[in-house]
Amino acid sequence: MAMTAAPVSEVIGSGRTRLRPILGFFVILLLLVGLWEGYKLLSDATGGNIPFTETSLPVRADDRSMPHVTHIVGSLFEPSRRGAEESLGAFLLAASWVTFKEALVGFAAGAIIGFGLGLLFVRSSLAERGLMPWVVASQTVPLLAIAPMVVLWAGKASMPLWVAVAAIAAFLSFFPVTINTVRGLRSPSPTATELFRSYASTPAQEFVKLRVPAALPYLFTGLRVAAGASVVGTIVGELPSGLPDGLGRQLLTFAYYYLSGPEKLYAAVLFSALLGIVFVSLVALAERLVIPRSRRVPT
Amino acid sequence: MTSLRKWGPPTLVFLAVLAAWEIWVRVAGIQGFLLPPPSEVITTLRQEWNVVWAAGFFTLREALGGLIGGSVLGVLAAFAASRWVVIREGVMPFYVAMGAAPIVALAPITNQWFGITNPVSKMTVVAVMVFFPVMINMTRGLGDVGSDKLDLMKSMAASEAGTLRKVRMPNALPYLFSALKVAVVLSLIGAIVAEYFGGSRDALGVYISQQAGLTRMAEAWSGIVVATALGAALQLLIVLAERLLIPWHPSLRG
Amino acid sequence: MTTTMVGLRGVGKTFKGRNADTTALTAIDLAIEEGEFVSLLGPSGCGKSTLLRIIGDLTPPTSGEVTVNGKSPEQARRDRDYGMVFQQATLLDWRKVVKNIALPLEVMNLPPAERERRAREMLDLVELGEFGEHYPWQLSGGMQQRVAIARALALQPSLLLMDEPFGALDEMTRERMQMELMRIWQRTHTTVVFVTHSIPEAVFLSTRVVVMSPRPGTVAGIVDVDLPQPREFETREHPRFFVKLNEVRETLRGAGVD
Repeated sequence: MAMTAAPVSEVIGSGRTRLRPILGFFVILLLLVGLWEGYKLLSDATGGNIPFTETSLPVRADDRSMPHVTHIVGSLFEPSRRGAEESLGAFLLAASWVTFKEALVGFAAGAIIGFGLGLLFVRSSLAERGLMPWVVASQTVPLLAIAPMVVLWAGKASMPLWVAVAAIAAFLSFFPVTINTVRGLRSPSPTATELFRSYASTPAQEFVKLRVPAALPYLFTGLRVAAGASVVGTIVGELPSGLPDGLGRQLLTFAYYYLSGPEKLYAAVLFSALLGIVFVSLVALAERLVIPRSRRVPT
Repeated sequence: MTSLRKWGPPTLVFLAVLAAWEIWVRVAGIQGFLLPPPSEVITTLRQEWNVVWAAGFFTLREALGGLIGGSVLGVLAAFAASRWVVIREGVMPFYVAMGAAPIVALAPITNQWFGITNPVSKMTVVAVMVFFPVMINMTRGLGDVGSDKLDLMKSMAASEAGTLRKVRMPNALPYLFSALKVAVVLSLIGAIVAEYFGGSRDALGVYISQQAGLTRMAEAWSGIVVATALGAALQLLIVLAERLLIPWHPSLRG
Repeated sequence: MTTTMVGLRGVGKTFKGRNADTTALTAIDLAIEEGEFVSLLGPSGCGKSTLLRIIGDLTPPTSGEVTVNGKSPEQARRDRDYGMVFQQATLLDWRKVVKNIALPLEVMNLPPAERERRAREMLDLVELGEFGEHYPWQLSGGMQQRVAIARALALQPSLLLMDEPFGALDEMTRERMQMELMRIWQRTHTTVVFVTHSIPEAVFLSTRVVVMSPRPGTVAGIVDVDLPQPREFETREHPRFFVKLNEVRETLRGAGVD
């Protein structure tokens, strides 16, 4: 029995097979929740130690360190602060919206720059040889690490802080788009390009009719990765920026005030994860609209 | 491609950028705290070497700890996934989800669990980051064997375990290395960024963000330089290991 | 007194498809004696590869009986009674040539010294003695197939199943490999079932040619190739060679292949 790992586009196949990954997702989700609560139960039973030993478990399982899953979910419906009107859920939703907008701007900017760079590299081999190594290297430099600096520059240059945050997101987004644009524009086989040449087509025609359509699946793969990266960049960028409204700030606040409400931190982390997933899903949705299933490149 | 053709342009670009940076800052008189000239960064790096290097080493430990932990778990999970279809299909959407979610956001939670200054809190975040690419790639490697090889093993009446050892595992090595190259970069950056949520004073990420907060840009940049150098060194290690362990792979043949 | 090495009675194979079922083989009756070199010849899609895979227990028949060396195909496979050579050499990239040949011996858990000895023996049999320490990609296509043959023979099986092993090679190399195969066959006297779509190849190599008709595959006719043994370069110019070529061609025509 062959055990090949099915690519994503095959898994999302017909009827029954389409349900399986969703089912599998929930099964594993339930498994994780079960592990969480199970760990807490175990700790209760053994008094915080590894069974049959005196050594304590690596992570304390009391309600402060590991709130019950129901508590975390429940806290979403309670006020975000003592005396506040809105629920935590609504509060976090608003924060997510702020972060989303920043991430969107960053993503768009990064995608455009990335695509432009990709075009440049395909048109000019000199540009590619000179700049590509640096483009690659830029991703090994922990440029996310200069988030504090970018924020500082923005402050000194009297730019609104959210622009700085979006810039950081753009920086993380452009690379996957560049790489995939180059791969995609170069993907047509030599036979195909020769065919176009035999029709005496202009370079522009070849570009529009052959290369761009060929590049689309690769481009969208890059956009999906960029989407996730831009959310990361935005949240991390918000940390030093002091922006009061985004998810990054909430993560810091709830961590700082952990003792007065541990569930809130977990809820914030959950929303961060959801934001990333929603963002990538939106790109995936766009992909589904633009490209027929048969042409998608599996992740 | 001759060496000059390959290395010439990027080196030129690098030198040009450095030179332009240096000149522009001096000529335009931009305050040092915005964008220090390279010469100043180097001087500061020499001065603060002990501190920055020690911080780099501290963070390196966090990165490596997470890298090793996440990779080992990823490989083990890959064995399970390649063996049981249910696991493999169930994990796929999780992988997609985790790839989209900012894992770094777990940092405040692990800080609560293990303590802000405890390197283990950052190691955990890094391990989660590294786990998924390693697991997915390794699973692909174990599975992407091709029916011809599987037929061959079947014709020799080889057991599943035998096929695993003799065919799937060697086949998976190049996939593992390609995941490790990504993981290595992720681990260092992940550790530094996780530290932005709070970490030990001895850590590089904390150093960088603190120095930036004090507008001591030259110091902050020297931290970045050290981080970059460490990342490059780790990548080099993986490449060397690759050359040693899979000399047979098409990308490495003489 | 020769024994039947491969016995097929009423063998059929149907593949279940999404819309309709495809019948690849139907009503195959065939007996292959020990020491024979039998070719399964037919156009693409006549099911000859499928039939070979059924004999090798790589796929089960939908109907009929199959015996290999007096046992069920599964038992024969477990007992490692046969060796198989595929169209792609399928050598393991990460092993040197001699280790590739030793693969089946490892699977059988033979001790290392014995494995080494037998692998070297096979290497010499296919006349690639100096290439033991090379990697597969350093060898030409023809040489890789020779290694694959050596590997199949390492178990010293009574039966050799070959699925268009020279199909991926150019004409000149193919003719050389056919000579090689004849030379090896003279030494080992293994029973061979050989799948091909080349008439000259089938006639040159075989003692009998089983001509198969297109889908659904069935035995259209069997041609006895009573050319002198051992087959040599000059055999291709023997007058009876052309007679046999035509006989086979006619049988194919009769089966509806033009």
